[in-house]
Amino acid sequence: MHTVYIFLTGPMVWVSLLILVFGLIGKFIYLTSMAKKRDPWIFNYFQFKYAIKSILIWLVPFATMNMRRNPVMTVVTFVFHICLIIVPIFALAHVIMWEEAWGISWWTLPETVAVTMSFLVLGGILFFIIRRMKLPEARYVTRVQDYFILLIVALPFLTGLLAYYQIFNYQLMIILHVAAGHIMLIAIPFTWLSHLLLFPMLRGYVGSEFQGVRNVKDW
Amino acid sequence: MSEAATAAKIEDPGLDQGVEKLTRDQIQSTILKVVNQENSARLRAMVGTCVSCGLCSEACHYFMSYDRNPYYAPVGKVKETLWEMMSRNGRVSKEFIRRAATTAYTECNLCKRCVHFCPFGIDTAYLMTVVRRICHLLGVTPQYLQDTCHSHSATFNQMWVKDDEWIDSLQWQEEEARDEFPGLRIPLDKEGSDIMYSVIAPEPKFRAQLIYQAAAIFQVAGSDWTMPATPGWDNSDMAMFSGDAEMMGRLKKKHYEAARRLRVKKIVMGECGHAYRSVYDMGNRWLGFKDMPIPIIHAIQFYCELLRAGKIKVASRITELCTFHDPCNTVRGMGLHEMGREVARAFCPNMVEMHPNREHNYCCCAGGGVINCGPPHKMTRVLGNRIKAEQLKATGAKIIVAPCHNCHGGLEDIVHHYKLNMKIKFLGDIIYEHMQKPGAVE
Repeated sequence: MHTVYIFLTGPMVWVSLLILVFGLIGKFIYLTSMAKKRDPWIFNYFQFKYAIKSILIWLVPFATMNMRRNPVMTVVTFVFHICLIIVPIFALAHVIMWEEAWGISWWTLPETVAVTMSFLVLGGILFFIIRRMKLPEARYVTRVQDYFILLIVALPFLTGLLAYYQIFNYQLMIILHVAAGHIMLIAIPFTWLSHLLLFPMLRGYVGSEFQGVRNVKDW
Repeated sequence: MSEAATAAKIEDPGLDQGVEKLTRDQIQSTILKVVNQENSARLRAMVGTCVSCGLCSEACHYFMSYDRNPYYAPVGKVKETLWEMMSRNGRVSKEFIRRAATTAYTECNLCKRCVHFCPFGIDTAYLMTVVRRICHLLGVTPQYLQDTCHSHSATFNQMWVKDDEWIDSLQWQEEEARDEFPGLRIPLDKEGSDIMYSVIAPEPKFRAQLIYQAAAIFQVAGSDWTMPATPGWDNSDMAMFSGDAEMMGRLKKKHYEAARRLRVKKIVMGECGHAYRSVYDMGNRWLGFKDMPIPIIHAIQFYCELLRAGKIKVASRITELCTFHDPCNTVRGMGLHEMGREVARAFCPNMVEMHPNREHNYCCCAGGGVINCGPPHKMTRVLGNRIKAEQLKATGAKIIVAPCHNCHGGLEDIVHHYKLNMKIKFLGDIIYEHMQKPGAVE
């Protein structure tokens, strides 16, 4: 068990991070070069100020018309995404591991906050699952992989909490936690989790098209 | 299968006979060609990023009007068409293509309202255009729409107007207008004019009074204008909507070339939405122009400029309650909502807004070539825009100002079907009736 742990927290971290980073960079290069070849005008119309404006506005809660129309979804989405990003970076245990490995460290979340935020992530996923099952327009277009992706995102947080509370076998849970984290990182470039990258790319394109060419806001 | 998919099939020879000839291999190779060669990163990014959250649903008037049937949600339409085509690598059946064509041509107006709803900005209108392109290349297009495209190919106008009939219609309107304005001309092919005025072919075909009105406005404003006597006068573009990108390019080239030949400073277009989309957005790109190769302005901009410059002045005002309908192509297309209102308000002080409005306005459900799919599909769009009827009714207005031909067609059918008892007017109608007319015979 220990060797598995050493492998997962050692070499495997490199593997996952490299797949994540190069997966996203590769995706970026693939899409931009393909666009350059076949839709070169995208770059002619691209304007940085409009791209940034579009991205920023869509990152502010209730700044867009559709966010205001769906207040519950907006609150859940923002809380979910913020917690999803903040917890892995600032959780105490994670920062300690960075420090042990590379001697670098940064500010950490108080434990109760990290735990609460992890629950919020799971709550968000539960909300998304129920929404997909109950809301006809979401159910109609939901594919099996959509649930599967939600599961991939949920598992690191679920196992993390189980390990924190030492429910079941702690050692096993930690290994599962690290493994689940790896699966999520690796899944990002290959599933719609890649909206991490595609959100700014698409918004940049749409923002330039709407504000720049069509002279109208895109939110 | 959803309720709509199992509903009685609408017969359309263009679609029914079109799919008869297809083979599986032909379908596959066409889909792969369009998806992999003609389209690129944009298509992949949009299809691959969709998290199928359904937040776009309420953007669509079809979805809202058909009792929130998810089949009509923008993402539902993509699921029914491109998702399947792409995930099955093009191995889809004839029946699938028949259904996809119905969805893309008659159940989506390409109004782009859903772009405002999607957090990622996924452009379902573009995705439906891709489906239409596939259907066009497969020869599965609604018969009425295809007829207008045939007309475009043969005559460079949408309505089979012959070259001499075009000139004849202009001279007829000139003659009519000279009763009111004795010195009025509709200058044909006058090289070196400031303005080339271009219209859509339905104007000479059955809305000739619009040409009369425009001539009167040009006359009063003292504009130096002309209309081309040769093909290129029609700025409309149903080929853009059928998926015939090659013909779209030829049409726009003809239009720009007519203006170049006449050495005009700019083109002013009549009150048409889709023609505007085709010159500023689609056709120019196909031809490789970043912008329009010659300045082109929509009638809304032109009228607004005339009013601001004091070249046309208000003589009387409409006292009845009016509301302003924002056509998708002038609003989500060019942000002309405030200019349109400025012109309308000058003549209609008693204005009420419909909600939602401006760039979030509901579509008329006629645009995107849907009304051009003809009588077989009429009820799809009339029933598919109950939400618009409710929106209009809530204003309590008596007059709808709509600066777009397609919107007129769509709104007329809705007003009639839902018994709204409202009149629909172009800005040109209002200006012509209510402007000061120096030099006119009373």
